[in-house]
Amino acid sequence: MAIRWLACLPIIVIFGGVFFVNHVYPILLGMPFLFFYMVMAILFTSVCMAVIYHFDPANKEE
Amino acid sequence: MHEAPIILIFATMLVALCLALLSKKRKRLDMEQWSVGGRRFGVLFVFLLLAGEIYTTFTFLGGSGWAYGTGGPTVYILAYGAVAYLFSYFLLPPIWRYAKRHQLISQPDFFVRQFNSPALGVLVALVGVVAIIPYLQSQMTGLGLIVQMASYGALPQWVAIAIAMFLLAIYVTVSGIYGTAWTAVLKDILILAVVLVVGIALPIRAGGLHQLMVHINQEKPGFLTLGQHGMGIPWFLSTVALTGLGFYMWPHAFGAVYTAKNERIFRRNATFLPLYQLILLFVFFAGFAAIWIVPGLKNTNLALLAAVQKTFPAWLVGVIGSAGVLTAIVPGSLMMMCAGTLVAENLYKPCFKNASSQQVQRVARVVVWLVAIVTFLFSIHSNATIVALLLMGYNFVSQFFPTVLLTLFAPSNVTKAGAFSGIVIGVVLVVYFTLTKQSILWGANTGFWALLVNMLVVLLVSVATRQKSLSPAQVNTGM
Repeated sequence: MAIRWLACLPIIVIFGGVFFVNHVYPILLGMPFLFFYMVMAILFTSVCMAVIYHFDPANKEE
Repeated sequence: MHEAPIILIFATMLVALCLALLSKKRKRLDMEQWSVGGRRFGVLFVFLLLAGEIYTTFTFLGGSGWAYGTGGPTVYILAYGAVAYLFSYFLLPPIWRYAKRHQLISQPDFFVRQFNSPALGVLVALVGVVAIIPYLQSQMTGLGLIVQMASYGALPQWVAIAIAMFLLAIYVTVSGIYGTAWTAVLKDILILAVVLVVGIALPIRAGGLHQLMVHINQEKPGFLTLGQHGMGIPWFLSTVALTGLGFYMWPHAFGAVYTAKNERIFRRNATFLPLYQLILLFVFFAGFAAIWIVPGLKNTNLALLAAVQKTFPAWLVGVIGSAGVLTAIVPGSLMMMCAGTLVAENLYKPCFKNASSQQVQRVARVVVWLVAIVTFLFSIHSNATIVALLLMGYNFVSQFFPTVLLTLFAPSNVTKAGAFSGIVIGVVLVVYFTLTKQSILWGANTGFWALLVNMLVVLLVSVATRQKSLSPAQVNTGM
């Protein structure tokens, strides 16, 4: 169950990160930096949830 | 040539209705079948039903309209989805287990069973119906705009909304959730295609994304970041927290949780749903491009449609309009059905204890029509942005969160009196803020303040009441 603590990371990335990324430049992939950062945060969230799903013993039963 | 869009749109409505009728033929509908699909939906359908919640008119027109009119703060829509799905991994399986064990049908059932209190169920049902109305109104506003646009102004908005509402009510009356799930499949394919086309073509027309952003930033410095209109970083944090936590507190989303076949479905979906959220980017791109293509619109809800109409041939406008119609029908029908179930099961039934199940079902269907009429009346008198309407609904439903969280993970810390007072105080605050038109207080979303006070009240009142009578609270909250 310890693996579930990994879910704290995306929360920190989203809620903590916003303090440092609230600007337009650099524009990456056509997005203001603020938007680009949130897209990366979403990808990161998905990866974390996949890792948790894989290692969480609750999903091994059946 | 100008008839093409309106014909396509009505054809789409017809197809949706046929899908509903077909799915009805196979199954006899009792209340459990009608509202929770017999608890037999697999990964794909639950995914689509939950995603159907997300890809609504709110994202299609509301998201692009906000990008157009508000700019940077739109980024909250990307963030809150990720937060909501992350929590769903932990929150939904215990809710589903509890619902299955006790054969629950609606959201208030959960509270009734947890606290052994039909009165609490009545409260939750009432708040749920109140929250559904602005949500439904946002969908209807969108539907009305689409029909109006597709007819090139030949149908005035109130007629368009009336048609939309009428269709939706018929749809829900005949189909129930099976119709919704099938339409969700159709909708998701169409919306994906449309959003990609619009999100790529409009920025190209506006000179490419990079150029567009540079241009917007020059014309309106600060527009593309957080900070304008009082929507700074505290607003972002509080709004993402509020909507991320409130996401599954919507009565229809809570109810959609019951439809799953097993609990792993939710954990699996927690990985993929955040990615699905990225589709929204294209909606935002379209909204930003509209700043360039159709500047100065008074009604920002129109941004996407106006830009589409100016850029594409009529038939394509029709296809895009049809996708828009489906994004309103799927969540709209779920919400209406939900309002029907709430009133029938949790208001009517406790009052008339010996009502037959047929009577209860008839009440549910009558309520669907009542809700349609009330929403219609609100819609024709309102010019609120679609996002503002949705946020209003969120302020209400998120008030369930403290109680749900505590009953699932710390049941000994919450009593019936605590749950009652927390929800009542949270909702009273939200009503006050809504009536005084305050959406931001001290930099943060007012719904978030209400949520904090609510949480505090639940904990304090629970401590106080538990000392007086230890045993009943623990008996009731056990399990």
